[in-house]
Amino acid sequence: MAENHAGQEVLLLQELRKSYNVGKPTEVEVLHGLNLRLQRHDFAALVGASGSGKSTLLNVIGLLDKPTAGEIFLLGEPTRNMDDARRTKLRGSAIGFVFQFHHLIQAFSVLENVLMPLMVASGKPAREQLERARDLLSQVGLEGFDQRKPDQLSGGQQQRVAVARALVTRPSLILADEPTGNLDSKSASEVFQLLRKFNREFGCAVLLVTHDSRLSEQCDRTITLVDGAIANDTRHG
Amino acid sequence: MWIEWTIATKFLREGKAQSTLIFVGISVGVAVIVFLIALITGLQSNIIDRTLGTQAHIKIQPPQERNLILAPDKASTHLVLESKRAQRLRSINNWQEVRDALDTTPQIKAVSPVIAGPAFVRRGEAAQSITLNGIDAMRYSRIIPIQNVIVAGVYRTGAGNALIGTQLANDLGLRLGDKLRIDGGQNRESIVSVAGIFEFGVRELDSRHVYVDMRQAQSLLNLPGAATTIDVTVDDIFAAQTVAAGIARRTGLKAESWMETNAQLMNALRSQSLSTQMISTFVALSVALGIASVLSVSVVQRTREIGILRAMGARQQQMLRVFLIQGALLGLAGSLLGGIAGYGLVGMFNMFGATLFYIPLNPWLLVAATGLATITGIFSAALPARRAAALDPVEAIRHG
Repeated sequence: MAENHAGQEVLLLQELRKSYNVGKPTEVEVLHGLNLRLQRHDFAALVGASGSGKSTLLNVIGLLDKPTAGEIFLLGEPTRNMDDARRTKLRGSAIGFVFQFHHLIQAFSVLENVLMPLMVASGKPAREQLERARDLLSQVGLEGFDQRKPDQLSGGQQQRVAVARALVTRPSLILADEPTGNLDSKSASEVFQLLRKFNREFGCAVLLVTHDSRLSEQCDRTITLVDGAIANDTRHG
Repeated sequence: MWIEWTIATKFLREGKAQSTLIFVGISVGVAVIVFLIALITGLQSNIIDRTLGTQAHIKIQPPQERNLILAPDKASTHLVLESKRAQRLRSINNWQEVRDALDTTPQIKAVSPVIAGPAFVRRGEAAQSITLNGIDAMRYSRIIPIQNVIVAGVYRTGAGNALIGTQLANDLGLRLGDKLRIDGGQNRESIVSVAGIFEFGVRELDSRHVYVDMRQAQSLLNLPGAATTIDVTVDDIFAAQTVAAGIARRTGLKAESWMETNAQLMNALRSQSLSTQMISTFVALSVALGIASVLSVSVVQRTREIGILRAMGARQQQMLRVFLIQGALLGLAGSLLGGIAGYGLVGMFNMFGATLFYIPLNPWLLVAATGLATITGIFSAALPARRAAALDPVEAIRHG
């Protein structure tokens, strides 16, 4: 691994620890000194039983939560001591989220939802950004759905909008928390294929939390979390 | 700010029922405040106008005469039984100079020397006690505009002419051009003719006041060349007290403002203003609490969306602004409608209500109400906005 260029490295975790209720009698450590490296083009599944710390890990990597100890390098930048404004900015530009529930904002149209990460970062979208959002929508098969409201779409369609939204900032890392957990198998497969496609085309690393072994088998790499520690990290094919 | 505006307006539009309810609530509150303030301001200025329509803003008189008591020796104690001196009718010393000095004093609009004292008017067997006022017609008209309340004849006092009130004319059966005898006491009498009859609508004035030329009054009251009072009007009626104090200090004369003369009225007006302010404050407070509670509920309802926006890269400051803007918009829109409704109420009052007085519509009241309501909206939104900004995105997404 050492021969990899820094430019290729998207994420590096060093001795990452996360505890809850720090300093209280109920203190509990959820992540116990994780080390992990994700490269560009990586497509990794994060698997593990409920309570193994998958979601916590994803939140910490996504800079939504702070680690108790250890360091997270995102695009080579150490993030532990960043203030909230810088973390938010980095999160907005470098990371795309796809949640289990689509988490679109009902008050906005499909197109506006896709544009949201750009709009919160830099205000009114430029023509080029609008084009990009429309292009992404057509790539996820939702051409002509621009002005619909999220609740006028099916579950699978909504999740595809969420994928388009995650990609609109051209992030280096996509964090997907059981993005297909709530979908029927056909929609699930569609969403998975989209992630796969964008991973290949844009080179963004994907870390996908899933319970579905059929999906994890299709990933290039499977990271297994057991009780807050990486028990297994295998590359396939 | 564009994205904050967009999110704020979309949130408001999406929670239509909620936004409408608080919008109407704010409107009603602002309408009440606007109407109340317009009504009370109108009423008060009307009362003041009526009161000051018949009296000077400041009356300057000679200082009271006092007994001069010798200071006791250091070693002895004096017990003094003093009976106060009777105040005879006296002239203001050097009143011409005082008048000229006041003429050039800023804040003072008009100055008019007057000689006033007790007298009788007789016609045939009938006699009436009156206050005889010797005036300089030109100057006096700028203090009390008698010329506006003349119901018969003309406003003229010179050369044996007198102005009398309708009540006195009635009591003595006097008509325009009729002669009457004024008796200043000590056998000083003169006969004048009625040049004009006025009606202030105040019984006391209409039955007891007679206006003649200064010289005539001076000879009748046996004070040649004298003026017993200098009447003054000022630019700002509520500054009368300070102006009066200034005059008293400079001249050593007694200067009494209309506020002192009408202490009861002032007290009543002040209580009225206070109660108006209290009602307005409490209505404004309940409007503010309404905005705050609606936005608090909105923050709870939108917890998940706030979390998503934060995950998408929205900064805490942005979330704060989203809710502050909502507060401001609610305040602004509600107060615009409320202001218009309040003005409508004032208009209806003017058209259909008691026609005793007219409420003037001051456009600045609308501007002030709108501005204040908008600021109130922002302040009311501060607490919910801070809560929204402080939400932990992870928790917000999980539990929202």
